[in-house]
Amino acid sequence: MAHEAPFQLLHSELIHYICKSADSTDSENGRSVTKLENMGFRVGQGLIERLTKDTARFKDELDVMKFICKDFWTCVFKKQIDNLRTNHQGIYVLQDNKFLLLCHLSAGKQYLEHAPKYLAFTCGLVRGALSNMGVKSIVTAEVSVMPACKFQVMIQKV
Amino acid sequence: MSRQSNRTTDSKKMNSELFTLTYGALVSQLCKDYENDEEVNKQLDKMGYNIGVRLIEDFLARSSVGRCQDFRETADVIAKVAFKMYLGVTPSVTNWSPAGDEFSLILENNPLADFVELPDNHNTLVYSNLLCGALRGALEMVQMAVDVKFAQDTLRGDSVTEIRMKFIKRIEENLPAGDE
Repeated sequence: MAHEAPFQLLHSELIHYICKSADSTDSENGRSVTKLENMGFRVGQGLIERLTKDTARFKDELDVMKFICKDFWTCVFKKQIDNLRTNHQGIYVLQDNKFLLLCHLSAGKQYLEHAPKYLAFTCGLVRGALSNMGVKSIVTAEVSVMPACKFQVMIQKV
Repeated sequence: MSRQSNRTTDSKKMNSELFTLTYGALVSQLCKDYENDEEVNKQLDKMGYNIGVRLIEDFLARSSVGRCQDFRETADVIAKVAFKMYLGVTPSVTNWSPAGDEFSLILENNPLADFVELPDNHNTLVYSNLLCGALRGALEMVQMAVDVKFAQDTLRGDSVTEIRMKFIKRIEENLPAGDE
């Protein structure tokens, strides 16, 4: 079953809708990005519940992050995270060299200024998924050369 | 081994849930932004149209179906190939009009509406209107102008979900004047 296309296209339409009424000032842009992130958060929460209902309890934070990098990423983006790095003090960097939602945007540096809009929903998705696994976090993303990108997860100690 | 195969089937299902959940978030946002259901319906139709005109390319690339000879064939391809491929369900094709230009797609369950309940103040919301726009957009790209609407909706209390599709006309390919 070819699943990526509908979600990719829906995601694009979502971004187009949320961002169209905003002009391109920084604050408006920021608002759009926040809206997208919040939507992703709710979807991530719902999705992780379904995905983990039969999995065993996670041993620790690293186990949770590995699950996100492997099972969660595969389910949502059809591949695993290519590289996971951590400082073992609550900061994780997830690298995806061929991020599904950026692939159709460009291969290189063109349209770089639009990339944050295309990453916001996914940041929320990860934050929502972690939240329902009992992990509070802040998730940001950065891109320098598409379609590769890095997601930064900062665990918040409650 | 059995755990692994569980994973694969689960991940396929999960993926349609990703779409369903994202779609739900979108409809919620639209309901917040627009005062009335009619506006939301229009937006969903427009977005669906935008998705349809691009999805058709993906569909044609992946499926290898050739040009359909008539509307009946189109109906079959929509139900048995497209719906199955993208939504994981196969609606049945019924209720053909005598002229053969109108038919219904009957869905026992609508994957877009999994886990969804319409609150009382949204009686005229056509929750899955994205589908109508998408079908219209996709078919327009293959030179068919159609009218698509929901005739029945399980979310509104009907027993099945029925999409009614009507063939309007064939769209002639218009080449810009001045091209050879």
